Amino acid sequence: MKTSGAWIRPLSGDYLIFIIALALLGWLFSHYWNWQAATRLQIHQGGQLIATLTLDQQRELSVSGPLGITRIEIDHGRARVHSSPCTNQYCVHQGWLSHAGQASFCLPNRVSIRLMGASSSYDSLNY
Amino acid sequence: MQANQLILHPNHEDHHIARLAAYAILLHVMEAMIPSPLPGVKPGIANIVVLYVLYRDGWKACAWVSLLRVLAGSLVLGSFLTPTFMLSLSGAVSSLLCLGLAQFLPKKYFGPLSLSMLAALAHMAGQLVLVRCWLIPSAGIVYLLPLLMSFALLFGLVNGVITARLLQLASRPKRA
Repeated sequence: MKTSGAWIRPLSGDYLIFIIALALLGWLFSHYWNWQAATRLQIHQGGQLIATLTLDQQRELSVSGPLGITRIEIDHGRARVHSSPCTNQYCVHQGWLSHAGQASFCLPNRVSIRLMGASSSYDSLNY
Repeated sequence: MQANQLILHPNHEDHHIARLAAYAILLHVMEAMIPSPLPGVKPGIANIVVLYVLYRDGWKACAWVSLLRVLAGSLVLGSFLTPTFMLSLSGAVSSLLCLGLAQFLPKKYFGPLSLSMLAALAHMAGQLVLVRCWLIPSAGIVYLLPLLMSFALLFGLVNGVITARLLQLASRPKRA
């Protein structure tokens, strides 16, 4: 698109910045908007993986941490931190998680849950 | 006892910066009247003035204009020291820092479009860091990141085109 000079002409660096920015956006979209349904749930306590469970069940479980009991609920394809002894309650307010890669951390009680997709290379532990 | 009297003597440059800041404040306030479809998504047309000043008068003048715009704009809109003001300030500071570095890119290859896009992305990033750290500390905000950054790039590009055009018109010799 070449005009007679009356209009502005982008420089080569402008194209470069634009392409880099588009690549960055592409990465952001693929990273954050990749809504793959989760199939499994990992629970960590104090940095240790303590359980990997299938999401295809209805179950409530309790994990004990330094502050007390964190209760986690699994409900056919989704999971949440149902209650936590921590003061800020960020983990509880995050609500239901259902996409692969989503996670909820309760740092005060050192408990975290993480949803895994089908394509993850982890093997599952059966309880 | 003698009354203390402080007399400011604004020089020509002060007047110049005040005039440019007034343009930026005007655009800032005008933009605040336009309803936005998504919270946080705004064209940022006041940044046209900021970028224009960077090219015409250098980074220091541009920082003055930008920060005066944030301060006076918030006083006019009644949002001084509210989260809105803090967001505005964090955006302005991060885009100024970005422009401070980006102004050293070779002018032969990187024009106002580059600087405008970089500043807009930095502006949005600065705001999001504040939102994430202070206003909404849960992780949910990151899911808005792709959308907000896309708008930032789009508006950065549009503002860059307008700035480049203004600079082009300003550098053209006046016809008799």
